[in-house]
Amino acid sequence: MVSSVRIKSRRYREMNRKKFLSDILGALATMVWFVLLLFPMMVMKVNVSTGKATVDFRWGMIPLVAVGSFILAFLWKMALEWNEHRGDTVTKDTAYGKFKSRLSVSFQNKTIRYGATGVLFIFIIGFPYFFGMYHTNVMITALIYVILGLGLNIVVGLGGLLNLGYAAFFAVGAYTYGLLWKYVGPLMVTAGIDPSWLFWISLPTAGILATIFGILLSLPVLRLRGDYLAIITLAFGEIVRMVLQNSGNVTGGATGISLIPRPWLLNMHLPPKVAAVYIYYIVLVLVFITIFVVRRIEDSRVGRALEAMREDEIACESMGVDLVRNKLSTFALGAFWAGIAGVVLATQTTYINPDSFTLWESIIILMAVVIGGTGSIPGVIAGALLLKLLPEYFRPLAQYRMLIYGTAMIVVIIFKPDGLIPRNRKKYTFTSGSSSGVTKGDL
Amino acid sequence: MDYFLKLFLSGTAKGSIYALISLGYTMVYGIVQLINFAHGEVYMIGGFTALIVGGYFFTMGMPIIAVLLLSIIAAVVFASAYGFTIERLAYRPLRNKPRLSALISAIGISMILQNFVLLAQTEKYLSFPSYLPELSFLAPYRDYINSTQFIILVTTAVIMVLLTMLIKLSRVGKAMRATAQDKDMAQLVGVNINQVISITFIIGSALAAIGGVLICSYMGQINYYIGFVAGIKAFVAAVLGGIGSIPGAVLGSFILGWTESLGTGYISSDYEDAFAFIILILILILKPDGILGKNQKQKV
Repeated sequence: MVSSVRIKSRRYREMNRKKFLSDILGALATMVWFVLLLFPMMVMKVNVSTGKATVDFRWGMIPLVAVGSFILAFLWKMALEWNEHRGDTVTKDTAYGKFKSRLSVSFQNKTIRYGATGVLFIFIIGFPYFFGMYHTNVMITALIYVILGLGLNIVVGLGGLLNLGYAAFFAVGAYTYGLLWKYVGPLMVTAGIDPSWLFWISLPTAGILATIFGILLSLPVLRLRGDYLAIITLAFGEIVRMVLQNSGNVTGGATGISLIPRPWLLNMHLPPKVAAVYIYYIVLVLVFITIFVVRRIEDSRVGRALEAMREDEIACESMGVDLVRNKLSTFALGAFWAGIAGVVLATQTTYINPDSFTLWESIIILMAVVIGGTGSIPGVIAGALLLKLLPEYFRPLAQYRMLIYGTAMIVVIIFKPDGLIPRNRKKYTFTSGSSSGVTKGDL
Repeated sequence: MDYFLKLFLSGTAKGSIYALISLGYTMVYGIVQLINFAHGEVYMIGGFTALIVGGYFFTMGMPIIAVLLLSIIAAVVFASAYGFTIERLAYRPLRNKPRLSALISAIGISMILQNFVLLAQTEKYLSFPSYLPELSFLAPYRDYINSTQFIILVTTAVIMVLLTMLIKLSRVGKAMRATAQDKDMAQLVGVNINQVISITFIIGSALAAIGGVLICSYMGQINYYIGFVAGIKAFVAAVLGGIGSIPGAVLGSFILGWTESLGTGYISSDYEDAFAFIILILILILKPDGILGKNQKQKV
C-alpha cells in the first residue's frame, strides 16, 4: 500500500517534471515566434525627419520582446490550465472561498446588512464633500455611463439584440438640449422667461425624442437577426453622426455647440463648483430612478417577454408573444435612457460635438455591459464604473491606456465569460403545501 | 457619359480592394460564425509592414520592381502570421462560448493592434511611396483610368480566380467547405478543424495584406487608424452580399464601390461614408439575408 503510493507519487512527480519541461519548451517556441512576428513593427521604424524616409533599427527592443513574450507565454499557459480545471476542486477550502462564505453568512445578519447599506449610502451621498471637484466630475461621467449601460442592458441583456449604434441615441439626447438652448433659449430670454427651465424641459423631451428614434430604427430591423442587426444598428449610428457633422448651419457641424448652460437652481446662477455638486446629485437621482425602473421592467410582463425573445424567437412567437411589439419596445426602452444620459452629458461638459458619439462610444458602452455581466444590473453598474474610472485614475499610463484596456477586455472575456458579476437567473422553487408558488398561469 | 465612365471605373477599383478585405471577413464568418473585428487591423499591419520593409530595401538601393515584390511578400507573410496568432490567442479559447464573447475579444484585439502600431511606430500620417509601375500602354486612356487602378483591377481578378480554384478544386478547399457546412460532421469524417480554421485565417489575412499594399499605393498615405474604417466598409460589403458567401462578398464590394464613387461624384462628397450605410440599410430591408445569402431556415 505504502509502496504503491510512493510509486504513484514518483510517477506523478516525473510527469510533473516532464510537463514543466514541455511548458518551458513551448514558451521558448512562443518567444521565438513573437520575436520574429513583431520584428518589423518593434525593431524597425520609419523615420521621415529630414524629408527623406529612412529606416532605423532599434536592436534594444529584441531582448525586451523576448523576455516579455517568454514570461507572458508561460503565464498564459498556466492561466488557461487553471481556467480549465477551475471547477474540479471544491473551492470552499481556499482562503478566498472561506472569506466568501463568511461574508455571505454575515450578510444574513440584519444589522450588518443595514449597516453596510448605510455606509455605502453615506459614501455615495457625501462623495462630493469627501473628494472635491475633480473626482466629482469624474464620477459624474462614470454615472452617466452607468445610465447608458443600464439602458443598453435592456436591449442586449434582456432582449438579446446586439446594438452597435447606441451612441446615436446618446447624441439625440445631447443635441436635444444643445439645440433647444441654441434656438429656444434666446426666445425665452426675450420673452422674459428664465431659460434655466430648459434643462428640465429637455430631460423628458430628449427621452421621448430618443425613444422615437429607437422606434424608427427598429422598424427596418424587425426582420433581421444577429449580425445583420448589429451591422445595421452600426450603420444607423454612423449616419446620425455624419448628419450631425455635415449639417453645419443647424448643428454647428464638426465644431458642435458650446456654452451650454449648467442647470440653475431656482433662478440662481451657481458657480461651477457648486454646479458640479448639483449635477452630481441630479445624475445620482437619475441613476436611482433608472435602476428602479429597469428592475421593475425585468420582473414585469414586458421584461419576461423580452427574455423569452432572447432565448428563442420562434418558440417565443409560437407561445403568443408579439415579436414586433416586443422588438419595438426593446429599442424604445433602451433608447429612452440614452436620451436622458445625453442631456446630462451636455450640461456637464457644456460642450458637445459629433466626435463624442462615434462608434467607439457605442463599443465602450457595450463593453461595460458585457464585461460587467450581460443582463445583471449590479454587473452593468460595476462594469460601467470600472471602464470609466480606471482609465481616469491611470493617467500616468495614458500612453498605454488603450493597450491595457484591450488586453483587459480579452482576459476578462476568456476567464470570466459571463462577466464580473454574472446574472443570477430567477429560480422558482416549489414548496409543497404552500399556495404561494406557481399556481396561476401568470408565470 | 465620360464623367460616368470615369466614376464607374474608379468605383470598380475601389470595389475590388474592398473585395480583397471583405473576403477575409466572409470566409472567417462562414467557418466560425465570428465577426472578425480585427480584420481591418490585419490589413493595416500588412500596409505598414510593406512600408517598413519596402523603405528599408529602397534605401539599400534595390531596383523598384524588387522592392515592390519583396514588400508585398513581407506584407503577406507577416499579416498571415498576425492572423494566425490572433486566432490562436483570442478566438480559440472562446470557440464554444456565446457569440458575443468572441466579438468582444475581437474588438479587444483591434484596440491592441491599433495602439501597438501607434506606440511602436507613429501616430502621424506617413506618405506611402508608390512602387507600382507606370504603364505606358494606358496613356491614351488616362482620363478614365490610371495605372494604379488598372493594376488593382488585374491583381484582384487574378486573385479571385486563384481563390475560387483553391476552394472549389483543392483538398483544403473541400475541407473548408465541409467545415463551413457542418463542423461536427466534418470532424467525424476526419477533417482537422483547428487546421482548417487556422488556414482560413491565414488566407483571409494574406488577401487583406495584398489589399492593404494596393490601397496604400492608391491613396498614397498610411496611418495606424486606416484599418478601422476600411474594416467596417469591408464588413458592410460582406453583409450586403450575404455574409458567409464568397461570390456575395465580391458582388457586395463592387456595389459598395460603385455606390460610393457615383454618390460622391453626383450628390455630395461630404457623405461618402454615409452612402455605404444607406445602401446597406435599403438592401437589408428588401433582402434580410443579403443579396446572395441563403435564406436560413430557423428551427426551435
